[in-house]
Amino acid sequence: MTTHLDHPTAAKEFVANDERAHWHDQALWFVRKKRDRVAHALPEWEALREQASRIKLHTMSRLAQYLEEFERQATQLGAVVHWATNAAEHNQIVLRLLTERGVRHVAKSKSMLTEECGLNHFLERHGIEVVDTDLGEWIVQQRREHPSHIVLPAIHIKKEEVGQLFHERLGTTAGATDPQYLTEAARQHLRQEFLRAGAGITGVNFAIAETGGIVVCTNEGNADLGVSLPKLHIACLGIEKLIPRAADLGVFLRLLARSATGQPITTYSSHFHGPRAGGELHIVLVDNGRSELLASDDFRRSLNCIRCGACMNTCPVYRRSGGHSYGVTVPGPIGSIINPFADPAAHSSLPGACSLCGSCTDVCPVKIDLHHQLYVWRRRLAEKGLLSWSKRISMKLAGAVLRNPTLYRIAGWFGRNSLRFLPRWLVYNPLNIWGRQRELPVPPAQTFRELYQIDMENKNSLGDNSHG
Amino acid sequence: MRVGLFIPCYVDQFYPQVGLATVQVLEHFGATVIYPAEQTCCGQPLANVGLADDARPLAQRFVDLFSEYDYVVGPSGSCISMVRNHYADLLGEEPRYLELQRKTYELCEFLVDVLQVPEIAGRFPYRVGIHQGCHGLRELRTGSSSEIVGASFNKTRKLLESLKGIQLTPLERPDECCGFGGTFAVAEEAVSCMMGRDRILDHLQSGAEVLTSGDMSCLMHLEGLIRRDGQSLRVMHVAEILADCCAQSKTLP
Amino acid sequence: MDSRQRILNRVRQYQPALVELPAHLQSGITFADPRAQFLTVLEQVGGRGTVASDLTDAESFVRTLPVMEDAKTVVSLVKGIGVGNLDINSCQEPRELVGVDVAIAAGKFAVAENAAIWVTDENLKHRAIYFICQHLVLVVPASEIVDNMHQAYARLGGAFDRPGFSAFISGPSKTADIEQALVIGAQGARSLTVVLVESL
Repeated sequence: MTTHLDHPTAAKEFVANDERAHWHDQALWFVRKKRDRVAHALPEWEALREQASRIKLHTMSRLAQYLEEFERQATQLGAVVHWATNAAEHNQIVLRLLTERGVRHVAKSKSMLTEECGLNHFLERHGIEVVDTDLGEWIVQQRREHPSHIVLPAIHIKKEEVGQLFHERLGTTAGATDPQYLTEAARQHLRQEFLRAGAGITGVNFAIAETGGIVVCTNEGNADLGVSLPKLHIACLGIEKLIPRAADLGVFLRLLARSATGQPITTYSSHFHGPRAGGELHIVLVDNGRSELLASDDFRRSLNCIRCGACMNTCPVYRRSGGHSYGVTVPGPIGSIINPFADPAAHSSLPGACSLCGSCTDVCPVKIDLHHQLYVWRRRLAEKGLLSWSKRISMKLAGAVLRNPTLYRIAGWFGRNSLRFLPRWLVYNPLNIWGRQRELPVPPAQTFRELYQIDMENKNSLGDNSHG
Repeated sequence: MRVGLFIPCYVDQFYPQVGLATVQVLEHFGATVIYPAEQTCCGQPLANVGLADDARPLAQRFVDLFSEYDYVVGPSGSCISMVRNHYADLLGEEPRYLELQRKTYELCEFLVDVLQVPEIAGRFPYRVGIHQGCHGLRELRTGSSSEIVGASFNKTRKLLESLKGIQLTPLERPDECCGFGGTFAVAEEAVSCMMGRDRILDHLQSGAEVLTSGDMSCLMHLEGLIRRDGQSLRVMHVAEILADCCAQSKTLP
Repeated sequence: MDSRQRILNRVRQYQPALVELPAHLQSGITFADPRAQFLTVLEQVGGRGTVASDLTDAESFVRTLPVMEDAKTVVSLVKGIGVGNLDINSCQEPRELVGVDVAIAAGKFAVAENAAIWVTDENLKHRAIYFICQHLVLVVPASEIVDNMHQAYARLGGAFDRPGFSAFISGPSKTADIEQALVIGAQGARSLTVVLVESL
């Protein structure tokens, strides 16, 4: 991501196009509602979430053991396991595998990990053509954009815009917007890409330590086509994608699609145990900051994440500001936790892009305490001196006033009476951010404390009179 | 039963009638209400921007002022959540705080769970939309959230339902955030106002005449938009509605 | 020190105190009529299903499927459903299957809660067939329907002891990437027809 805008600035631009912002918000709310429908149809939903959370927390507490077990099992099945400490190493490993085999053309299915590592651009710089085959990712790739959502990459794009793009790239009829027609055109084109591909690169939804297998979930079938036609399959994953046992898939596969899109399961949940006959399977395990997260008592639980996107769908801020306003690969609530970890200064506005409503925490299938971690982030950012100076000054001042009841009463008196007696143009000046679109409260002549004291005095005097 | 009354700073300064209504309601149901006059603020605005060291003295002060009471009650989900759920971050496992934590309640929870008030006699013949404040809902669990699968319950709703003539209007999005979020309202002003307007529209479209909530902070933000945009929707804190009805039953023969 | 060692050292150093692995969940949703549930959900996810009394019945059903009408190239992997005209084993490369209109394959069992069907590459030369065909037909024993995914994995047990490919397939391929409009038939099969056979 090369955007330098902080979230509030980017969000303001997004909101300014009111019709479009509401369209985006409604589209994602619709997905949230679909999730609600299927979740509420399972009486055991909350038990599933609790189970998934515990499995993940356990896995993180024994991650080294599970990584070694996975490697052992996968190797026994004939896969080759590689280890990358960071994005650069990951990219080099993938490049080497491709160039060793003379592959110039790659079919890639959705992998946020490869996005995170900037794999596409890296490979292209080295003369390898990468085609993102997930329809939403392909659209975004053609537009030279980044995905704005980790599951619905093109959610920010209108069908008219897709139609225009397809007309230019695929020769569809100008002005055509029918999704069926456009999808058909993409299908025909992408089929050719699958047939041309010298290798298929996929992400991994779950890596099973017990069996050495990897599971890839899609609706389109693009991952499977991408790796079943060429001989080479490269699967890339963050080390947090491990789960202990095959049976644990029962829990995760029941939660994943329901949380992500409101489907009971994705069309395809493919289990790869070793390469296919005559083929190769290379698995790249990537750290890239995850082991540091593992060390963090504050933010370790964010490693539970199964990248379902439910937190984004429910977040009232994400829905009204769009994924691009976060300026990171994985946006939304989860992104606002993990990105500042990598670079607090660059991403310091993200934990504040949150009203702490807690909806994300309630939908997370693996029970990450998302909004609580965002709250903790604010404290850590303040400790690192990354609080914006305006927030710091105004709040430190407020703190000093609030600590002293007399000062508080004086400040309150001034505030209320300024509001009452200053001319409107002075009150609603450009520095008054609250006042841009809202009225300030009508200032009462007396505070509760004053009125209560008057009340008490009246009661007491009445009491005296009654005894008099 | 001695109830220490906790009045949020913005209620003290800008919505004193909500504080008075809270006293009326608590006294109506038999509580002896004492208002420690040296209170100022629970410290939430400071803690929310991460200034824990600046919030800590306010938390300590709160514990000092309120420890002696049987219960501490305040008409705000977010402030009470600060005390119950976030003071431990600032004060640790301080024994006086732990004891206070157990007896600190938001108004509706106190009425339903502790005082176990029966049906409130009183008429409120209006179409009323309830705005669920997020902290009350998802941190204090004063009601079931739409995200969680389980039995449906709501303490605010329970109290209002019993009022004669009241019509609680249904919402398209029953518990979406209003966009106040404390400093969020200013730091992310554009999104905050869009969120607020969307809530207001939801209530208007469902036919509400009165917008109520257990959180005056949410209502302050929503009312700010309502007044600027010239919408006709009357804003009242739940305490005000309940106090109105309690007063009615007082005047009945 | 290589990356592997570096990563494992860091992870070992940083991983927190043990959190116990929970025992498997005892129960999940069950249905009074799993077959009916399966068929209902299958339709909801864009597939079509039917029940056949035996393989002969199944074969005549498959023959009369609309997708068979214009089908030029058909692969049948199910002994007893002899509608195929291309022997998959005659293809050296999976790419050669690009022209397959209809593929009929066997599913081992089905899951009622999500209409998923378990397929494998056992005795299958090209797993690509499941995805490259235009229309997929899956033949499943009607008696082999479990309620939920926990039962499915309990049933699979040690199925992953050997190298291989397997998958749950639920409905035809689909996408909603263009303005959330659901389009059935994305990159994989355009349609999925399931034949539950009562006596196999």
